[in-house]
Amino acid sequence: MADININTVNKYFGDVHVIKDVSLDIKSQSFTVLVGPSGCGKSTMLRMIAGLEDINSGTISIDGQVVNDLPPKQRNIAMVFQSYALYPHMTVFDNMAFGLKLEKRSKDEINERVNEAARILQIEDYLQRKPKQLSGGQRQRVAIGRAITRKPKVFLFDEPLSNLDAALRVQMRVELAKLHNELEATMIYVTHDQTEAMTLADDIVVLDTGIVSQKGSPLELYDKPNNMFVGGFIGSPKMNFISSKILSKSSDATEVDIMGMSKISVSKMSASSSEGDSVTLGIRPEHLVVNGDSDGSWESKVFVVEKLGDVTYLYLEKDGEPLVAETEGHSEIKVGDTVKVGFPAGRCQLFDSSGQAFK
Amino acid sequence: MNKVYDKIFKYSLQMIVIIFCVFPFYYSVMTSLEGSSAVFEPNFFPTEINPKNYNYLLFEHNFPQTILNSLFVATVTVSISITISYFAAWSLSRVNFKGRSMFLFVILAISMFPQIAVLTGMYQLFLNFKDFYFNIFDLRVKGVTSLLWLCFTYTMFNIPFTVWVLTTFMKGVPKEIEEAAIVDGASSFLILRKIFLPIMTPAIFTTAIMAMIAVWNEFLFALTFTATNSDRTITVGIALINGTIEYEVPWGSIMAASVIVTVPLVIITLLLQGRIMSGLTAGSIKG
Repeated sequence: MADININTVNKYFGDVHVIKDVSLDIKSQSFTVLVGPSGCGKSTMLRMIAGLEDINSGTISIDGQVVNDLPPKQRNIAMVFQSYALYPHMTVFDNMAFGLKLEKRSKDEINERVNEAARILQIEDYLQRKPKQLSGGQRQRVAIGRAITRKPKVFLFDEPLSNLDAALRVQMRVELAKLHNELEATMIYVTHDQTEAMTLADDIVVLDTGIVSQKGSPLELYDKPNNMFVGGFIGSPKMNFISSKILSKSSDATEVDIMGMSKISVSKMSASSSEGDSVTLGIRPEHLVVNGDSDGSWESKVFVVEKLGDVTYLYLEKDGEPLVAETEGHSEIKVGDTVKVGFPAGRCQLFDSSGQAFK
Repeated sequence: MNKVYDKIFKYSLQMIVIIFCVFPFYYSVMTSLEGSSAVFEPNFFPTEINPKNYNYLLFEHNFPQTILNSLFVATVTVSISITISYFAAWSLSRVNFKGRSMFLFVILAISMFPQIAVLTGMYQLFLNFKDFYFNIFDLRVKGVTSLLWLCFTYTMFNIPFTVWVLTTFMKGVPKEIEEAAIVDGASSFLILRKIFLPIMTPAIFTTAIMAMIAVWNEFLFALTFTATNSDRTITVGIALINGTIEYEVPWGSIMAASVIVTVPLVIITLLLQGRIMSGLTAGSIKG
């Protein structure tokens, strides 16, 4: 229905190059999440798709039509802002009907559409209230409702949940996922919260200082990060990075050492690497085996123990290399204990000195 | 015990400030109600209530005419300055153009310009304006010339101030509200009319009242540009109230006039007080 094609787009703010040759294809009816740290250009990307920011070069097309020079209202999009941006002097009903009134829709149609959106979002009881009489969650629903009533081809969300408290955020997240199934529209969602990205997305686009670091399904990014940035950004707690050296190379595996304590053979290759090169070994806390046998191991004292009930995080350190390991919730391990952590070879990632992943 | 002292201290301070501010006004009200001889006896409470000063001003003097003149000048000036400043404020706070901050700086500089510095030049212009006006319009309405010229000069001196204040207010309106309206399909003019205007109403009223008070109290231009009793504004009107003999200062009438001209300001301010409030954007954005 509405594919979005972004082709070598560049954007400068003065001398600052914020979006660098970004190309993206967003499939119709997909839920795409743009994610990245603050200042990576994700909001700028969204605003360029919306038409609130000009682009310096390249093209953006929606549904096959180049929209570079079209104003927002002709792009068939709706946008939900982080700060809600409701019209303070209008009732909830008028807020949601504003766009329709500008489109000169009939009164009956406006009523029907607003009530329909209100039903979906469960805000029917608040239609005659002003925004200041609503709670944060209700305001965000109104903001989403304002987008829904116009039945756009593309929904743009700019960190819509980041002003809500944690419990409400989880609830709204689930509702957004439901909404996506119900509306069958293309949705682009900007967030810095990787949990939101993982749970909502069909496709995640990781942006890093204006370039696309990786695009793929959530599990693809989790299992096969293209580079250290994506590896470190997706997943919580962060992936552990340990500096290491290549001991030997075979036709389908690379053997590296772990802090001089043991060796591990990882079945990943990089054509440009050679024996003796420095590499970074990446492994997620949840994949480390605590006090068990595995392909390679490491021993260290425990500095901090975090008990979360379902899991326990152990903070270890050896020669300045920190490591976080996850173990079962009711662990007996105490601060000061020495533990042995095992590295399963199948879960290890290797990154070369420029941060690119071994395949 | 401490709390009691705190309260006493707080209220006595408040009383001092209130007495300091309100007493002159109280004394002028009292004086205005006294007859000619009682005026010269200092007292805290009126010894007699005598409406003769008001009678004189309202029915025997052309004072009502000066009030109407002032109302006309104030209304025209404030409406024009607010309308122009509203649009100017939008462009100065929302549209990016080269030299915007320079422009704002120049506006601020102009608003610091003393009136007296341009007085002679303005008078020469006034004479030219008068010739021009007389050549075009019938002589029957020539009395309006001074008032129109006053409107023009007041607008000129008011606009830098109102532009500056409204620009500051408009910068405070979150940009997202405007962007949401743009995405909803609203044109700039529609946004100004349907989104900004209701949000800015308190700011506009506040600015309008301040401009109104400035115009209402202006004396220098009003004295310079008005020549006949029929086109005096109130400040000049009060200054030119005569006593029955040359050496008498008619305090009673002057005080009555002061009271009469203060009342509309007080009423307007009280009426609009409900509008002068902050936080109208409450609920629009996070918080």
